[in-house]
Amino acid sequence: MILEIKNLSASVEDKPILKNVNLRIGGGEIHALMGPNGAGKSTLGNVLIGHPDYKITGGQIILDGKDITYATPEERARAGLFLAFQSPVAVEGVRISTFLRIAYSHLHPDEKIVIADFNKRIKEAMKTVGLDESFISRSVNDGFSGGERKRFEILQMLILKPKMIVLDEIDSGLDVDALRMVAEQLKKYFSKDVGYLIITHYQRILKDIEPHFVHVLVNGTIAMDGDRTLSDKIEENGYDWLKEVA
Amino acid sequence: MESTYVNKDEEIDRLINDLKSNGALDYGFHDNINPVYSTGKGLSRQVIEEISEIKKEPDWMRRIRLHAYEIFMSKPVPTWGPDLSGIDWENMTYYSSPDEVKATNWDEVPKEIKDTFEKLGVPEMERKYLAGSIAQYDSEGIYNSLKKEWEDKGVVFMDLDSALKRYPDLVKEYFAKAVPPSDNKFAALNVAVWSGGAFLYVPRGVHVDMPLQTYFRINGEATGQFEHTIVVADEGSSVHYLEGCTAPIYSKDSLHAAIVEYYVMKNAHGRYTSVQNWSNSVYNMPTKRAWVEENGNMEWVGGSLGSKVTMIYPSSYLRGRNATTSNLNIALAGPGTVKDTGAKAIHMAPNTSSKIIAKSVSLGDGKSIYRGLVRINKDAVNAKSHVQCDALLINDESVSYTMPHDEIYEPTANFTHEATVGKIGTEELTYLRSRGLSEDEASSLIVLGFLDDVMKEIPMEFAVEMNRLVKLEMSKMGAVG
Ligand SMILES: Nc1ncnc2c1ncn2[C@@H]1O[C@H](COP(=O)(O)OP(=O)(O)OP(=O)(O)O)[C@@H](O)[C@H]1O
Ligand SMILES: [Mg+2]
Repeated sequence: MILEIKNLSASVEDKPILKNVNLRIGGGEIHALMGPNGAGKSTLGNVLIGHPDYKITGGQIILDGKDITYATPEERARAGLFLAFQSPVAVEGVRISTFLRIAYSHLHPDEKIVIADFNKRIKEAMKTVGLDESFISRSVNDGFSGGERKRFEILQMLILKPKMIVLDEIDSGLDVDALRMVAEQLKKYFSKDVGYLIITHYQRILKDIEPHFVHVLVNGTIAMDGDRTLSDKIEENGYDWLKEVA
Repeated sequence: MESTYVNKDEEIDRLINDLKSNGALDYGFHDNINPVYSTGKGLSRQVIEEISEIKKEPDWMRRIRLHAYEIFMSKPVPTWGPDLSGIDWENMTYYSSPDEVKATNWDEVPKEIKDTFEKLGVPEMERKYLAGSIAQYDSEGIYNSLKKEWEDKGVVFMDLDSALKRYPDLVKEYFAKAVPPSDNKFAALNVAVWSGGAFLYVPRGVHVDMPLQTYFRINGEATGQFEHTIVVADEGSSVHYLEGCTAPIYSKDSLHAAIVEYYVMKNAHGRYTSVQNWSNSVYNMPTKRAWVEENGNMEWVGGSLGSKVTMIYPSSYLRGRNATTSNLNIALAGPGTVKDTGAKAIHMAPNTSSKIIAKSVSLGDGKSIYRGLVRINKDAVNAKSHVQCDALLINDESVSYTMPHDEIYEPTANFTHEATVGKIGTEELTYLRSRGLSEDEASSLIVLGFLDDVMKEIPMEFAVEMNRLVKLEMSKMGAVG
């Protein structure tokens, strides 16, 4: 699976945020996206999934050769795209088991779901990500702590099995054990068919899952592309030197 | 607890799929049945005499009817609520009976009518979940059953006309007591022309652990249905009574003006659940009231889904010490319809408590109004009441109002009120859609999620109905916004 982002520009409430962003993520590739607060990283994630509040003003998004620039969020999800949200929203009264079952039936239409088996799978995945089994009958993110929400995003990835995965600060707000678990699961899930775009502020997660490429977004533009060493440089020097480049 | 919950969701999904595959998704169909007896169009003293005559009822009932008719004529159509000018009083048929059927076995019911109830899933529901069942078609109850176990314990469950013949004194003791004809114009009309409805009597100490149900079907065009239901839960007993209703879609409007009188005696527990899914050509104006005595508990659970205009405010009169009541209500105001719904709790004794939870969803230009009354009388020492109304607006033109009336005359009373109005959120929708759910699915899940705390309280078969309707309405709406 290949995700190509070509000259992508986007605005929110008529305010231009992304300007000519170019990225190409292939299967079996891990990319990290870094950048100062407010640079537009989450905006990129939202634009990629087709969030209706974000308007694309130029460029293209191509997933496996198919232009999905103006596709609906569900079409993109069904094509294999997944975003782990920076701040997942609570959906009151919508039970996790029901939600995941409907989602799965769309993402894997050829598979027949046996409810009992499927719920068992969810419960096992809950154990894996460190959520209590009883969460299966809770509502989506409702009353979840920050860390529980992040764990639940990983759980959804494990259950729904997407191919092109954007992780928006999956490492923020996690305790050390959770951080280790997330890194471990991401490593385990990774394959030559899976592409990751890991949005992060921290070195820590990149030590566990080594990115093949590091990109830095400043002011809505990719200011620099590089390898692992680029993140080290940022850790040492911050972003100011890049702002001049951009 | 939690795991049965997951199963309930699944069971609902399964039942909905069953319904889909049976093709029983549209209740708007009608039967071509000519009534065997009808009083024709319009209302007069003579029509009332005629109804009384057909029913061969005691003279006291005839006199109550005529008295109620006078009250009906003297009261103006209420103008404080929704527009009722569309009710065509002159061209309404006030009594219409399909046949002189009083079946106790579905095979005795005329085929076309039986098929209708089959399509509505009534006999199946009865087999699976119910202790007893009545089916009413236009003005008359045509089918009645009660499992032997309950009959042996002295439970009485039959249409009110039959009860009036078999147990005239018992009926007389309760008829039009909690809801007298002077209460309001529609109650007066009901007492004047009532026909059908259920009579349910549960003797002292008997706990009926399966629900009993009446299913009401209006078939005729511009036909009134005026059933009168009486439930008596005698001391220390408990019972759950259910009602479901549907009607075909017509160009001329029908009127449904029912009365439900629920008597919850000392230490008894009464529950009433109704889901009405009248078509958009029905004015639904019932009066429902419970008298709750010492230590008694009354629960109202209602779903107002269909109809053109609905005005309904189930009331609990907490007459004895420690009497309690809860009222959970869901109103779904589809495009072009008005739901003026709410609840009343009248605290007349010390330590009484009430809880009212009302949830409304307005779609398109649908209008939902919460109208409620909590009265805590002087000397209702330490009475407690909590009211919560939440409204969800689906479209920009959707409307919701909240009109609570609180009359608190007792200084030791504890009264709280919460109200929220929300729109279906883009963030929630997008989150669900980003996992592959269609916009319809996402919005129906959100709506059902909003209704969840009431949905939990309703029996499975009604939850299915509610679920199905919300999904149907959401898919009809297309894009949300
Ligand atoms: N829905 C929105 N409405 C208004 N402004 C928005 C919206 N989403 C993003 N923005 C604005 O766009 C800019 C980029 O925000 P974005 O969330 O993409 O930054 P970020 O790079 O993810 O930052 P952080 O590292 O703090 O998460 C910010 O100025 C932000 O205020
Ligand atoms: Mg961000």
